[in-house]
Parts: sequence; C-alpha cells; structure tokens
Amino acid sequence: MRGTLAVGLACLYSWPIAMMAAGSLRDGGWRNYAAVLSRVDFCSLFLNSLCISAVVVVLGSLINSMAGYTLARASFRGRGLLLSLVLLCMMIPFEAVAVPLFYTASRIGLRDTLVVQTVPFLANAFSIYLFYTFYLNFPRELEEAARLDGAETWQIYLRVALPGSAPVLASNGIITLLASWNSYLWPLLVTSTARVRPLSLAIAIFHSAPPLDWAQIFAFGVLMVSPTLLLFLLLQRHIQPNALSSGIK
Amino acid sequence: MLFLLIPFVLSFLISFTDLRLGTPYPIRFVGLGQYSRLAVDQGVLRALRNNLLFGLFVPPIQTGLALTLACLVNRPGWRLAVPLRALFFLPVLFPMSLVAVIWRYLYAPGPLGPFNWLLGMLTFGMWQPHDFLHEPRWALPALALLSVWQGVGLQMVLLLGGLQQVPVDLYEAAAMDGAGPWLCFRRITLPMLRNTLVFTTLMTTILAFRLFDQVQILTQGGPADCTTTLMYELFRSAFERQQMGRACALTVLLVGIVIGLAALQRLAVREQQL
Repeated sequence: MRGTLAVGLACLYSWPIAMMAAGSLRDGGWRNYAAVLSRVDFCSLFLNSLCISAVVVVLGSLINSMAGYTLARASFRGRGLLLSLVLLCMMIPFEAVAVPLFYTASRIGLRDTLVVQTVPFLANAFSIYLFYTFYLNFPRELEEAARLDGAETWQIYLRVALPGSAPVLASNGIITLLASWNSYLWPLLVTSTARVRPLSLAIAIFHSAPPLDWAQIFAFGVLMVSPTLLLFLLLQRHIQPNALSSGIK
Repeated sequence: MLFLLIPFVLSFLISFTDLRLGTPYPIRFVGLGQYSRLAVDQGVLRALRNNLLFGLFVPPIQTGLALTLACLVNRPGWRLAVPLRALFFLPVLFPMSLVAVIWRYLYAPGPLGPFNWLLGMLTFGMWQPHDFLHEPRWALPALALLSVWQGVGLQMVLLLGGLQQVPVDLYEAAAMDGAGPWLCFRRITLPMLRNTLVFTTLMTTILAFRLFDQVQILTQGGPADCTTTLMYELFRSAFERQQMGRACALTVLLVGIVIGLAALQRLAVREQQL
C-alpha cells in the first residue's frame, strides 16, 4: 500500500522529465541533438558553467573554512562584531544587492567576464557559519598535539582542521555547487555575449530565440542536465541524507 | 561579505534619493518619498500580494509533500527506496530556468497541451482546457506548482536526514505499548522532526519572497500583474525604467521582510533546544 502510493507519486513526479527526454527524440531523433550543437557552442557554454562552479566551490570552501576556523579558534578584538556581521549577512538575500552590485561591476569594467560571475559568491556568510559551528565542536586535542610537534597555525589548519571538516566540506560543497550551477539572475544581469554565458542562462535564451522548436529545446535540456546527473549518480552512494542536514542542526 | 554589506548600505542610502540613471537632473534627497510612493504603487502592492500568497500556500504544501515523500521512502531494506529517493531528488539538479522552460511546454493551451491532456484523462474528459500561464486565475498557481516540483526534493532529503536520526527504540517502545502507526507519527516523528520542519518551511517561505526566475521566463509579471513579484518589480525599475531610487527602496523592503522571516526562524528553532 505504501509502496504503491510511492510508485504512483514517482510516476507523476517523473512525468515532466520523461516528457523532456521523449520530446528531445521526436521528429528527427538524434538529429535534434546535432541541430542544437550546430546552433550553439554547447562545449563553451558547458565549460563556462563548469569553470564558474568549480572556482566558486573550491576557492569558496577554502576561504569560508579559513574564516570559520579563525572565528572559532582565534581570539582577537572585534571577533564578536565580526560574528554578528556574518549572522546579519546570512539574512541578506543576494537578489537584494544584485542591482547595486551590477553597477559596481560595470563601473570597474568587469561586465561580461567569467570573473564577475565567481568573485561575489566566494565568501559566503552561510558557509562561514557552517564551518564556524563545526569547528566550535571540533576536538582541540588533535590541534594541540600538532602544535606540540611544532606545527604552525596555518599548518594545523591545512593538515588537521581542513581534512577534519570533510562532512561540512561535502554538504557545503553540494549546496554551493547547486546554487552556482543553477544561478540565473546574476548571469542575466552581467553577461551580454555567449562567450561567458553559463548553461542555466543559455537554455532560457535558446528557448526564446526563434525558431521555436521544442524537440531541440528538450535536446538542449537533456544535454545540459546529463553531466550533473552523471556526477550525482556517481556520488549517490556517498551522499547520505545526513550530510546535507548536518549543517542545519 | 563586503559584496553584500557595501551594496546594501549603498542601496539603503540611495533609497532616500530620486536617483535616475541617464537623466541630466541632479540627485535630490527625497527622504521617505520613495517609500510613501511604494505604498500606493499598484504594481508594488500587487507584487507584495503575490509574494504573500506564494509564501502562504507554497511552503505548507511543499513541506507536507516533502514529509509524505520522506516517510514513504524511509524504509531501510526496501528495494525501491534508494531509486525513488534519487528520482524525487532529480529536479533539484535542474536549473530553475530549465524547469520553467519544460513547464511552459506542459502548460501549453488547448486540449492537446500535456497538462490539460493529463487532467482530461484523470477526470474522464470533464476538464475544460485552460491557458494556464495567460489566465489571471491560473498563472500564479501554475508558477507555484512548478516551484514545488523543483523544490520538494531538497526538502525531502533534509527531512530524511532528520527521520534517520530518530532513535528506533522509541518506535519499538511505542509499538509494545500498542500504539498504531498514525499515533507513532503524531507523537514521535513530528515532535522529533520539529526543528527540521521549521527550518525547511521557513527556508521555503524566504525563497517565496525572492521569487524571480520563473516569473521572468514564463510570465513577465503578467497577465495584468497577476504574477509580478517584489524581485521582478525591482528588476523592472532598475533595468527597464532606470529608477534607481525606487529600486533601492524595494531592496530595503525585501531585505526587511527576509530578515524578519529569518529572525522568526532562529527564534523558532532555538526555542526547542532550551
């Protein structure tokens, strides 16, 4: 009974995805895919998305874990103030600053670049807070043992604290990756050429550009989700539901 | 963080002026003028109403559905549990722009539009076809439905994480005392999941006030402002009408609402830990 309900819901739920997959092969079959690849430079769009997301995830993890570690371990003047600033920033949605940020970016000549699509997302208050709360409960014994062995603070961070925070690195990484890969508003504002456009924006532009050919639009869709899907299927065994929810405790 | 704070402080200051880009007039300080104008602006009031409706209906529906799905697939040892879990999570991997594009096709008008066709099948032909995205009554619910479709998977995974942390012996003890599944759900599952439920519901509510991608791609705020949102109004005043003062005042309003909700979230989650 429970099983039947679950399977029934799953059928309804996967209907849009099935529509897309089937639609991409209608009238023309694989030729739809060839048509998409001739209409847009899919490879470069994909690389744009990949570069942006990779930089945001890797550099962001480094920067935010350093910030979180420092906030949790170091004692310095203004630490409390800094921490409350982080909490405040967690509440300001990015959308709210998009407009002034857009004018700043154009003023310093960063419009229509890949850089401007990564830099504003590197330091992230939510990620800093995740790392901060994790390091608060991180056992100090390991770090103290390393210090007795003569390790410098940065060595302790690199050798002990950073590897020790694997669960947060994973959950924060997934959340950041999804947000970056799926971003729409910011690329819409700052990009004007296909050269630096990410896939998430390119699909919307592709679909509104004539001729309206649903089979090709769906082929584009299948092409754009297949890398993420593949990555997800490969990692699925390692992603425990707890990894995502550990951050919100 | 500076990328958040400095622009925000700037918008706060600009919101007290009548800054318009591309005009030769000097900037004037208008005090609360922008805000009082917002309060009587039809577009903004419509947007606020739509955001409120979205925030009132979508989070409870999405949370309810996510909880149902989480309970359905939380069966260790069931062969289909893992594939189904993956399936429900799938749309989370789809960018909202792609989801919007797919659903534009599903919402196609006429009896052959996939969604109209499905409803016709399910009601044995009783269903009158609608043009979901262009009829004032249907446009906002149509956007809500596709948002739920995309968002429910992530919420389900978060709730699953919570479900798996509920100690099994609680259920065993309850079963020994003769409690049925419904009683177990109400007295054990719900209380143990409280924090996760509050967190995810308010997270969705905050997202409802940031609604933009779907609107921009599918309806452009129409028909007759029925799907316009604060974010969309903000986008329009900044980039179509170049009214920066107005856009910044909208920014401050949006941040105010989101901070209020976030504060509520912290309060509600902390309460239980005491």
